[in-house]
This record gives sequence, C-alpha cells and structure tokens, in this order.
Amino acid sequence: MSEPVIALKGVSKRFGKSFDLAARLTRSARRAMGADLPDQTVRAVDNIDLSVAKGEVLGLVGESGCGKSTIGRMVAGIMPPSDGEVFWKGRNITAMAPDAMRKATLAVQMIFQDPYASLNPRMRVEDIVAEAPRVHNMIPRGQDTAYIDAQLTRAGLDPAYKRRYPHQFSGGQRQRIGIARALAVQPEFLVCDEAVAALDVSIQAQILNLFMDLREQLDLTYLFISHDLGVVEHLSDRVVIMYLGRIVEEAPTEEIFARPNHPYTQALLAEVPRIDTRKRQFTAIKGEIPSPLNPPPGCHFHPRCPAAMPRCREAAPVLREIAPHHRSACHLNGS
Amino acid sequence: MTHTLQVEGLSTHFDTRAGLVKAVDNVSFHIDRGEVLGLVGESGSGKSVTGFSLLGLVDSPGRIAAGRILFQGGNLVGLPEPELRALRGNRIAMIFQDPMMTLNPVLRIDTQMMETVHAHANVSAAEARTRARDALGQVGIPSPDERLHAYPHQFSGGMRQRVAIAIALLHRPDLIIADEPTTALDVTIQAQILAEVQKLARDNGTALMWITHDLSVVAGLADRIAVMYAGRIVETGSVTAVLDRPMHPYTAGLIGSVPSRNRRGTRLRQIPGMTPSLIDLPEGCAFRTRCPRADAACARDPQDSHPTADRTLRCFHPHLDFEA
Ligand SMILES: Nc1ncnc2c1ncn2[C@@H]1O[C@H](COP(=O)(O)OP(=O)(O)OP(=O)(O)O)[C@@H](O)[C@H]1O
Ligand SMILES: Nc1ncnc2c1ncn2[C@@H]1O[C@H](COP(=O)(O)OP(=O)(O)OP(=O)(O)O)[C@@H](O)[C@H]1O
Ligand code: SF4
Ligand code: SF4
Ligand SMILES: [Mg+2]
Ligand SMILES: [Mg+2]
Repeated sequence: MSEPVIALKGVSKRFGKSFDLAARLTRSARRAMGADLPDQTVRAVDNIDLSVAKGEVLGLVGESGCGKSTIGRMVAGIMPPSDGEVFWKGRNITAMAPDAMRKATLAVQMIFQDPYASLNPRMRVEDIVAEAPRVHNMIPRGQDTAYIDAQLTRAGLDPAYKRRYPHQFSGGQRQRIGIARALAVQPEFLVCDEAVAALDVSIQAQILNLFMDLREQLDLTYLFISHDLGVVEHLSDRVVIMYLGRIVEEAPTEEIFARPNHPYTQALLAEVPRIDTRKRQFTAIKGEIPSPLNPPPGCHFHPRCPAAMPRCREAAPVLREIAPHHRSACHLNGS
Repeated sequence: MTHTLQVEGLSTHFDTRAGLVKAVDNVSFHIDRGEVLGLVGESGSGKSVTGFSLLGLVDSPGRIAAGRILFQGGNLVGLPEPELRALRGNRIAMIFQDPMMTLNPVLRIDTQMMETVHAHANVSAAEARTRARDALGQVGIPSPDERLHAYPHQFSGGMRQRVAIAIALLHRPDLIIADEPTTALDVTIQAQILAEVQKLARDNGTALMWITHDLSVVAGLADRIAVMYAGRIVETGSVTAVLDRPMHPYTAGLIGSVPSRNRRGTRLRQIPGMTPSLIDLPEGCAFRTRCPRADAACARDPQDSHPTADRTLRCFHPHLDFEA
C-alpha cells in the first residue's frame, strides 16, 4: 500500500473540566466541605494511531459517543488534538505555517453529521455551495451559475431550489447541500460523518455511487464514519471499530465481517437489523453502559462484555495483530 | 374500535415565491392502539411535514389546506393552540429528525427535561429530576446524574438524539411520531431503544408512527408500512406484503437499492432520474419520468385502489405478477 495521506500518531482529545459555572461552584463548594469529586474530563479520544492510504476508503464504526466525529474533526483540521500529532502527506498539520495549513485543510473536506447546524441559516443554498470556491478562485470567470448548478445536480438536488434557505429543505435535502458544498472545492480527502444517514436508500445509492466514481476518477480518499454496517461493508476497504475513545479492532472489510474477533464487534454484527426479519423482539443492553466521564478501569468494554474475566477489570488490553492486517484489543487473544 | 390516529385527505401546502409546493397531497392513513406504522419514502416526499401537520406545527407560509386528523376520534385540524399545546408532549409526542428542534442550545439538559415534566405533571422538583434521570437511563445515556448538568453541544450526535427520545417518552404518550429517531445510533444502542419503544407499545398501548429510511428497522419493528413519493402515499400494506411483494414501481426500486441486496463493491442499483421539483408539480403520476412501466395512461392521476383488503395502491400498472 502507498504511503498514508493522513496519519494520526498517539492522538488524544479531552473536553472541558466542568460542564458549566453552576456545576463548578457546587463542586468547589462540596470540595470545600471535604468531598473530593472525580475529575469531570471527557476523554473523547484516547491515544489513537490511525492512517489512511491514498485512494483508500476507511470505514469508522463504533458506539454512539465513542469519539468518531471528534476524530473526523481532527482529521479535517478543524479541531486540534489535546495530545499527539496529525500528519497530512507526511507533514505535521499542527506545526504548519497558516498558509500551508489552509491549503492542506482545503484539500480535506468534511461532510457533517448534523447538516442543519453546519449550514448558515441566513445564506441561500447557491451561496453556501459557492462560498469557498469563490474565495479560492476555483470557478472560471463567467461560469458561476453553471458551476453551482453542476454541484447541486451532482448531489441529487434540483437547481430550481438554489435560491432557497436551509430551513426550506427536508432533512435529506440539507444533507445533500452539505455534500455539494464539500465536493465543490474539489477535495482530495473526504471525511464523511454519517453523510448518507438522512437519505432514502435510492438517493443513498446515487451518492455512494458518486463517491465510488470520484474515487476512481480522482483517486479521492475517504474516512467514512457510519452506523450503517451495510453501507460500510459495501464501500470500505478497511474497517476500524471504536469503543469509548479507543480502537478495539481493525481489519480489511471482508475479514472483519467474516471473522469478527472483539466481543464488541461481535455484538454489533449480531444486532444488525436485516430487511428479511419480521416483527422481532429487540433486546435491551445487558450490563451497564460505561461512561466516558468515568471510564471503567482495564478494558472499557468489560461492564457489557459477556466474556469478561477478572484481569479485564485490571489491565487495558493492547491492540495487537491476530492475523495478517487484523488487529484486536482483547485479553481473550492472550497477552 | 376507533383508531388512535386516523388521517383523511390531508394536504399541506407551502406558498413560496417560486410557486405552490404541495408537500403533502391528499394523504390518508390510520394507526391503531399499540400498532407501529413505518412511514418510508423518498427524501423530500413529505414525511416530516406530515408529522408536523399532525401536531399543528407547520410554520407559515405552510398551511393545512385540506383534510381531517382524528386523534382518538377528535379532529385536531382547527383546534385552538392552547388545546393543541395541552396534547403536545403529553398525549402526543414527536421525536424530531433534528434533535436541536427539541433541545434549546442555551439551556442545560436538566432544565429542559424538568420543564417538560412540569408542563404536564404537578410534581415536586425532586420528583421531576428523578423522572428526567430515569428517562436518560432508559435510552442508554451512561452517568445520567452527571449528564443532566450538560448542555446539548457537549453531547455527541447520537446522545442528543437519545435525549430527544427520552423527552418524548416522559409522559408515556398515546401516540408517538418518531422522525428518523435512531439514525445516529450504533445498532446495539438502537436495539436498546427499540426494545423500550416496543415495551411502551405493548404495555401502554402507545401507537407509533416511525418515519425512517432504514428499511431493515421497519422490517423488524413495524406492523404496517406506508410509502410516500412526491407528497403522496403510493402504497400501504403489512410489512411482509410490501417488502416481499412491492406492487408500486417506486417501492420496488427503493427496495432494490438496499446495499445488502447488492454485491459488495459493485455499483448500487438506483432509481434512474431525479426527484421532480414539487414546485407546481404537473398533473399525472409524479413517478412517470422515472418509471419503467409508465405509458400514456400515467399522464392522468392514478387513484387509490385496493388489490387486497389490507393494501392500498396508487398506480395504473402495478406489479401484480408475483409467484405464489
Ligand atoms: N464540545 C464538547 N464539549 C464536551 N464534550 C464533548 C464535546 N464534543 C464532544 N464531546 C464528548 O466527546 C465524546 C465523543 O463525542 P463524538 O461526537 O466524537 O462521538 P461520536 O462517536 O461521533 O458519537 P455519535 O455516533 O453519537 O455521533 C462524547 O462523550 C461527547 O459527549
Ligand atoms: N418552509 C418550506 N418552504 C418550502 N418548501 C418546504 C418547506 N419545508 C419543507 N418544504 C418542502 O416540502 C417537501 C417535503 O419535506 P419533508 O421535510 O416533509 O420531506 P421528508 O419526506 O421528511 O424528507 P427527508 O427524508 O429528506 O427528511 C420537500 O420537498 C421540502 O423541500
Ligand atoms: S478484554 Fe475482556 S472485557 Fe474486554 S472485550 Fe476482551 S474479554 Fe471482554
Ligand atoms: S402510475 Fe404509471 S408512472 Fe406511475 S408508478 Fe404506476 S406505472 Fe409508473
Ligand atoms: Mg458523531
Ligand atoms: Mg424528514
């Protein structure tokens, strides 16, 4: 495989010590009375190594709240890591001069999970899509209208809607505005954060086919964050599974779906809803869902793991190779 | 028995400068006590606007142009706002597609949840907090006591979605309209929430309208399905009937696009062409420019037909030729 376009080395992200002033006051008041409270830091991402090769589609899957969007934002250069380094084509982004940084981050675009919050409500769709390409002189003179129409059409939106504001669109239409905006600056790397979750399966197919075409024609690279394992399986070359801020398993797509090793991965695959199932009884989670505010010691998954052993509560398993290109972090694989 | 919800000939229109948008056009369906109706369909076909209409939440320039919405037998259309407000969040709850429509970004989660409790229940602050915390636990938010102090932006996408679900469950409503409620959740947490919802339908008799693009969730959760295209319901029937033997060409095309029905890495099947603009949509079947079965007859509006007792269909040339 060619050298990585993006590499994360020992990256962590922690969020705020306290939720707000009021909580802080009561805490210091309580601390003054002698009750010491545990640290309120969210360890959203905990010492992660990750790399994506040129032209590769890397699927990123994991529990809700495990840090996927945070990784996406750090990869897209819009959020600095608390620790560790992010490399773009071998160069450390966090250490770059502002000019080089802007160029690198322009090449990495993100399609946001929450399309409405990421669109300026006071801008018309045509301006949302054209803003960045105009600033960076990417639109040939006199081609403004044609350029915008082409971007919208490519994302499956009728250009007849282009003078509307975001609130006048349905959820899936907004998501396509975000897709059109990201593609309009001709990126080399796309972070797709639940990018097709709000689309019906036919339009989803159209967008996924577009992603595959762009990859073929322009050698585009993707970090594809999704809860839809069917989509991830279809599109990705390699899959990374996260749980509570850490990578727990990583393997080529066919391998991970055929031979899931980590108990969390196995739980995920067992719960995948299938279109051929009828009126099934959904099951509640057994055990306690661990919190990133107060992660359990040892393996983060142990409060929910059916195979947990005493040492799972003591030592965190390390990610190690269990088969070629297949890595997993579980004590069941020996130490 | 009266249906929990019966919608008859509902039309909701937006009068925009570019023209009239018939976002919902003469839509009829019903949901019984304890029943789950899956509402699926094209993005932009009017699913969310249907949901907003049921709660009287359509903002101008939108308006309900025609139809009746019978909730436990009483018509909600034209009901004065205070009476609607007494129902909303209490007997009828909506989980919005965008959780930030439920959540106020500048208020802490506990403030918002306790407000909802107090809006319809006369209980102490301590009791309200307990109910709020329990509801967060129900939807799988870990450390609910600490998380009550947080603001929405400190939550991940899926956690915000779960808070919105928790708020909808607070008063054990008779009808829940859930708009893409579990798209941002991993499948294990999704199963946890669907289990809670099934329990509510079974024990409390809550009727559910479950709007989603995820046909696999509908397959496992719903009793019946309604399929929307361009403002209209084009097909309804039991889950088995519609998913195994789709009669409307749009439904058939939709099901064919599911990734698991396609070979890995190959191009996915998609319905050719593009969704028509709803602005001043011409007469006739709205699907005809994309439909493999279209002919001259389709230039007129197809009417509802009933190929079997429990199905409705709006098409001149449906697929009826299934092998037994
Ligand atoms: N601005 C912030 N302030 C405080 N905590 C935050 C902030 N942003 C994220 N977090 C926390 O970091 C953790 C990871 O969040 P992130 O959005 O990366 O999760 P995710 O994996 O994308 O989840 P989902 O699948 O639900 O979108 C969560 O516990 C979240 O509460
Ligand atoms: N305020 C508005 N003004 C004009 N048109 C609107 C407005 N709100 C919604 N629409 C249009 O009404 C149609 C139906 O929208 P709705 O949000 O109900 O779609 P949906 O079926 O929920 O789609 P999705 O699956 O993408 O969420 C869309 O074509 C949308 O563009
Ligand atoms: S390390 Fe232990 S608790 Fe963690 S996944 Fe493996 S068996 Fe389960
Ligand atoms: S009415 Fe005609 S165009 Fe419409 S779906 Fe049926 S066959 Fe196709
Ligand atoms: Mg996220
Ligand atoms: Mg919608």
